[in-house]
Amino acid sequence: MKEVPVKLSTSVVVVVFALLATGVVVGQSAASVPIKVGFIAPLSGPYVQNGRDILNGFLLYLEEIGYRAGGRQIDVVVEDDEAIPAVGLTKARKLVERDKVHLMAGALLASSGYALAPYIDSMHIPMVFPVVSSDDLTQRRRSKWIVRTGWTSSQPNHVFGEYAARTLKLKKVATIGLDYAFGWESVGGFQRTFEAEGGKIAQKIWCPLSVHDFAPYLAQISRDVDAVYALFLGRAALQFMRQYQEYGLKDRVPLIGSGSTTDEHVLPSMGNEALGVITALHYSAALATPSNKSFVAAYRARYNKVPSYYSESMYTGAKWFVSAIEARGGNVEDSAALLDALRKVKLADLPRGPVELDDYGSPVENVYIRKVERVNGELQNTVIETFPKVSQFWKYNPADYLKQPLYSRRYIPPPTE
Amino acid sequence: MIYIITQTLNGLFSAALLFLIASGLTLVFGVMRIVNIAHGSFYMLGVYVAYTIVARTHSLFLGTLAAVSAVAAAGFVVERLFLRRFASQPLAQMMMTMGFALLFRDAAFMIWGGDPFTLPYPSALRGSIEANDIVFPMYRLFVVFVAAVVGVVLWALNEKTLIGAKLRAAVDDAEMAAGTGINVALLSGLVFAAGAGLAAFGGVMGGPILGGYPGMDLDLLPLAFVVVIIGGMGSLKGALVGSIVVGLIDNFGKALVPELSYFTLFAPMVIVLAIKPTGLYGRV
Repeated sequence: MKEVPVKLSTSVVVVVFALLATGVVVGQSAASVPIKVGFIAPLSGPYVQNGRDILNGFLLYLEEIGYRAGGRQIDVVVEDDEAIPAVGLTKARKLVERDKVHLMAGALLASSGYALAPYIDSMHIPMVFPVVSSDDLTQRRRSKWIVRTGWTSSQPNHVFGEYAARTLKLKKVATIGLDYAFGWESVGGFQRTFEAEGGKIAQKIWCPLSVHDFAPYLAQISRDVDAVYALFLGRAALQFMRQYQEYGLKDRVPLIGSGSTTDEHVLPSMGNEALGVITALHYSAALATPSNKSFVAAYRARYNKVPSYYSESMYTGAKWFVSAIEARGGNVEDSAALLDALRKVKLADLPRGPVELDDYGSPVENVYIRKVERVNGELQNTVIETFPKVSQFWKYNPADYLKQPLYSRRYIPPPTE
Repeated sequence: MIYIITQTLNGLFSAALLFLIASGLTLVFGVMRIVNIAHGSFYMLGVYVAYTIVARTHSLFLGTLAAVSAVAAAGFVVERLFLRRFASQPLAQMMMTMGFALLFRDAAFMIWGGDPFTLPYPSALRGSIEANDIVFPMYRLFVVFVAAVVGVVLWALNEKTLIGAKLRAAVDDAEMAAGTGINVALLSGLVFAAGAGLAAFGGVMGGPILGGYPGMDLDLLPLAFVVVIIGGMGSLKGALVGSIVVGLIDNFGKALVPELSYFTLFAPMVIVLAIKPTGLYGRV
């Protein structure tokens, strides 16, 4: 009991000393105050593991740079949005109005992203979206203050549709996917380029987000298609793979799909049923580049698991805003200038490859065609082809592209293509 | 025709899983009048415990045994130490079970993390049966068979044994039953434990197909409640009939009119309640 006052007084001395030291060394009032960064992701509820991956990537990068950028310390305030848009909005309000953060990063679900957008725009606080992939955030419903460093749902699928027709020589494909915006936009992007190359989407099957037993849907899949395109994530991806094999479909109809279906956030839980599945995404943990190898090694050492695309997304997102802070010499108080700097960032040595933003604020980046293989006993997404510098508009003219409606549940490609 | 047979078999598998969960739920309600929100947690804990044991021993049998007994024990403790204090206060009890549901959910996350997993198939039940273009997984047939056996055992226990007679007496009128010297308190504890164990068993049975993941505790619970309401709260026969009705309707609804899958699920419940407010076999 007697030691308590001693401890208290020493800590007070340390704090006072620290304040004095920073004041003396830096000598500038703004620079002596830490940069405050708000972080939002689902850290409880059904998407907790995806949220954890995002947070892990975020913290890993900040640890690498010692929580310092532009000569200032970075303070992080972490908030849990429980994957509920309204909660996310409340937490964003708290971060901006009470914690007075200079910028924010995070968000997982498209619904949360859309819910945050109007508030962020009204408060003029830049926010980096590393994961949210809803097409329209950088297309028809652009937000001024959101900087997307991830991808758009249809982006890898435009590539993949063409690849499926030209290289995989598929003619008829059935799609099965989760019945919400991410599913519609991914399948829509795939359908557009696949059918433009002469392919045909024979059927589209949509499953509600709550799906766990896929039997009623699997029984509907036509047996005379060349492949099935599947779009799932998390535990639904795991269950789908299992049941696709269970019903004897794996040996009859090859499986292809969106990158999320075999992403590393769920791949380690899968078994041989995932072997041979071909997907497209802007990242794979199996990329053999030096920057990715060192990222994967550091991530494995720190968290004892393989990074998912979610982990890489926020690692890159953190690197992105740190580059902008460096470019501004640590001045984050001028948020308009900070936003400008965020949009001008160009990074060449990211784990996923080089990235820059297009005129609409969406990343232009590599898209990888990956195939699940077992290497050294572990499943991985082996990259079998790389498409460099893919824009969200693929080969289309942006102005014409934006005249087309957003990919929806009942999307039918325009007849002129 | 093939399509109808396949979907019927799928429906029966859903029914089997639902029956394992709903039979416990309905028994607990029948004896204690507790609307047990934590029932889904027992289902979840079952597959998580089994996962841990199977990973260590590579024995599905030991995993099942451990899961059922551990979760039944947990159920017994919950009833004895907590729910008992609020006897005849159904609202307080319901809130209590809700609290436990949240507690178990967070505990599972802290212990096992949030990565989804599946249990291995029993080696003899891998693969599927194929006959005239009908493909049906062996394991699903096995689950239907197991649920049928559980149903028969429960029926025999309930109708042919002394403890079953006491149980039925307690369901009909707990006070009168206590008056004739039946230890209703102990019976309640045992029924609650059995219900929890059944739910855990359901979780393990579904494990190779549905696996374990955060949020699974609330996945099947609404369906189980629909089963119990259609069948009549407290009735085992009702749980059986309700499971088959819901399992089939849910499967055909999702297959034929996926946009209306919630309507096709809840419409029968509304119709049953309109005609017979106590459910098909309920007496309350």
